[in-house]
Amino acid sequence: MKLIVSVKRVIDYNIKVRVKADNTGVDLANVKMALNPFCEIAVEEAIRLKEAGVASEVVVVSIGPTAVQEQLRTALALGADRAIHVETDELPEPLNVAKLLAKVIEAEQPGLVILGKQSIDSDNNQVGQMLAALAGRPQGTFASEVKVEGGKVLVTREVDGGLRTLSLDLPAIVTTDLRLNEPRYAKLPDIMKAKRKPLDVKTPADLGVELKQHITQLKVETPAQREAGIKVDSVDALIDKLKNEAKVI
Amino acid sequence: MRESMEFDVVIVGAGPAGLSAACRLMQQAREKEQELTVCVVEKGSEVGAHILSGAVIESRAMDELFPDWKEMGAPLNTPVTADEVYLFKSDTAAKKVPNALIPKTMHNTGHGLNNYVVSLGNVCRWLAEQAESLGVEVFPGFAAAEVLFNDDGSVKGVATGDMGITAAGEQGPNYMEGMELHAKYTLFAEGCRGHLGKLLIEKFQLDIHADTQHYGVGLKELWNIDPGKHRPGLVIHGSGWPLNTGGSYDTTGGFFLYHLENNQVVVGLIVDLNYTNPWLSPFDEFQRMKHHPVLADHLAGGNRVAYGARAITKGGFNALPKMTFPGGLLIGCNAGTLNFSKIKGTHTAMKSGMLAAEAVFEAITAGDKSSKELSSFNDKFKDSWAYDELFRSRNFGPAMHKFGPILGGAFNFVDQNIFAGKLPITLHDEKADYAQLKPADQCPKVDYPKPDGRLSFDKLSSVFISNTNHEEDQPCHLKLKDASIPIAQNLPLYAEPAQRYCPAGVYEVIEEGSGPRFQINAQNCVHCKTCDIKDPAQNITWVVPEGAGGPNYPNM
Repeated sequence: MKLIVSVKRVIDYNIKVRVKADNTGVDLANVKMALNPFCEIAVEEAIRLKEAGVASEVVVVSIGPTAVQEQLRTALALGADRAIHVETDELPEPLNVAKLLAKVIEAEQPGLVILGKQSIDSDNNQVGQMLAALAGRPQGTFASEVKVEGGKVLVTREVDGGLRTLSLDLPAIVTTDLRLNEPRYAKLPDIMKAKRKPLDVKTPADLGVELKQHITQLKVETPAQREAGIKVDSVDALIDKLKNEAKVI
Repeated sequence: MRESMEFDVVIVGAGPAGLSAACRLMQQAREKEQELTVCVVEKGSEVGAHILSGAVIESRAMDELFPDWKEMGAPLNTPVTADEVYLFKSDTAAKKVPNALIPKTMHNTGHGLNNYVVSLGNVCRWLAEQAESLGVEVFPGFAAAEVLFNDDGSVKGVATGDMGITAAGEQGPNYMEGMELHAKYTLFAEGCRGHLGKLLIEKFQLDIHADTQHYGVGLKELWNIDPGKHRPGLVIHGSGWPLNTGGSYDTTGGFFLYHLENNQVVVGLIVDLNYTNPWLSPFDEFQRMKHHPVLADHLAGGNRVAYGARAITKGGFNALPKMTFPGGLLIGCNAGTLNFSKIKGTHTAMKSGMLAAEAVFEAITAGDKSSKELSSFNDKFKDSWAYDELFRSRNFGPAMHKFGPILGGAFNFVDQNIFAGKLPITLHDEKADYAQLKPADQCPKVDYPKPDGRLSFDKLSSVFISNTNHEEDQPCHLKLKDASIPIAQNLPLYAEPAQRYCPAGVYEVIEEGSGPRFQINAQNCVHCKTCDIKDPAQNITWVVPEGAGGPNYPNM
């Protein structure tokens, strides 16, 4: 069975995010970038399925400028077999990403697609669900356990108040939650080998997808600084403030 | 048995020295059409993540390494356009020092000099790209934790640290054993007070003919300033208040403020680590210094983007250890090639790396199988401009230490401007920095003002913007030889100075019911190495934590 894993290049989770002076976005100049942690978990899960003999090939896909090849190489060093880079100037919005991935799936015919549940930069949590709809395949989101058994995948999902296990027909779309696994470190010899693993570059046109813009980002702002609170000396004063100043009662 | 990999050359540290060596090695291999395998390991999560420097750099070494660096897009974008030097008389008064009275080595314009205000981190990122495109394997996120030796005692290579060891010292779920990297020659380019370099200096007694090494700690911030105040290429240096206000307050050091590109300014303070008052806090000196009108004028209305700190090897020529030993070399600040009289070390570090690369390549092409000591490097180094300028500046630091900043400065003016460093005398300074502290009860306490949150900040919010992170569940990388010393000895004698000299708040003395307790917050460590240098009992040993830990400096 072939597995497809999509990965995204995002700002490293250790970095304090800084908004550009003109409020057009986040300042990424010379800032450390990394594999999105949820995508890293997706890669790890795929490699484990391959090591367990369930999967025969792991293909990683990323969409964006040339720089995303760095993250594809990281995934290859972790154990993926080959990579597909869909080259775009910008990081496209979720629906475009889902459309591009749907075309990749159409061409590759994988048995299972694993994605991170969301990226830590835009936090949309949409691509997996959109992809399932576009591909007309079942979806198991927020997976904390994945088991492949007899043509089905059992996905344990973290839901409010407990765990819910679904049985999905393959091919299926699975998105990962944080507790699914703890990703491994890449080994030095594997990082060297990853440089020679196949990496195909495609354009949206090659895949027959026209990127459309549905969302316009108006402004990015730093959250307002919280002002220091005050102490009131009596309950009456508190009620007065709530009533007349905050106007909440 | 650990796995191993074989290379012709292994380089520890992706800074200016290590990357210049890597590039020069590959350039020679290409010229001679010879196969050569070179690997660089770097403990930072990416190249540049742990690089912290002013920086004004002289382009001389870069001109030699990549003559067309400009066309290649090296990030040397801001030539120095103006040079100002101040003597701060008090927290408000300052005297601008006329150019004619400044030691020549400190001039950044004129004299046919090509100096640039840069982010050294970004220069290193660029050098790493060049190295990779020349065929060097660059591995960020891998810390060289151990030196490996051959049976004959020569250096065989290094081993990277194990990953995924828990705080209790056990193998965690994602444990990965370290790897041995074997090489014909290993170059150590860890920067100031490299922990492997320190071991090598001791083992091979590289410093027996050198003076005691001296250090400073540099603290730096990157600011976005009001575009109306931005003067790209303006370089300001100075000394005096707050470190030296006469009397017993006589610490040497100096500040800098450079205007970079994109409305950005760097501001910093270097505090010489031979200071004597254990109450002194380099971090708080730096914070209060920014309130001086000369500096506040540039910063007011701006906002702080990044913070970091790093020790500096500043002993210069007299303290320079032997740089060669069987199987390898110490290069750059790991040896101590910084020219303190110029307040610059990048060009000499790069040059030392390039010369090492030439000596190593010659030895390898001559068919050397064994790991010899490359004495040819010493001849190359002696014939180089790097040696010449370090020799001429040999008295600069010792004069400051011996005569103080005013008379020492006067000596340096005469020595550098009239005799061009060729006076037939050499001053020495043999007392180690850690031995300089006086007992706390003999020194005035320092009452530092509270940070105002606009120009000055507290330690923790500062460390926060160094983007420092260490995998939490790992053994502490700051080793105490004797765990009782901080409380039993350092606290009564020196009021445990680690609480103050550490610029990242790693060390704390916490009062508890049962008495004071020494706490090490290793996850805050910005890898500056000051504790390894300044602890009066030399009780703290800095070792590398798990690879990729530490600061993530952007544009520093």
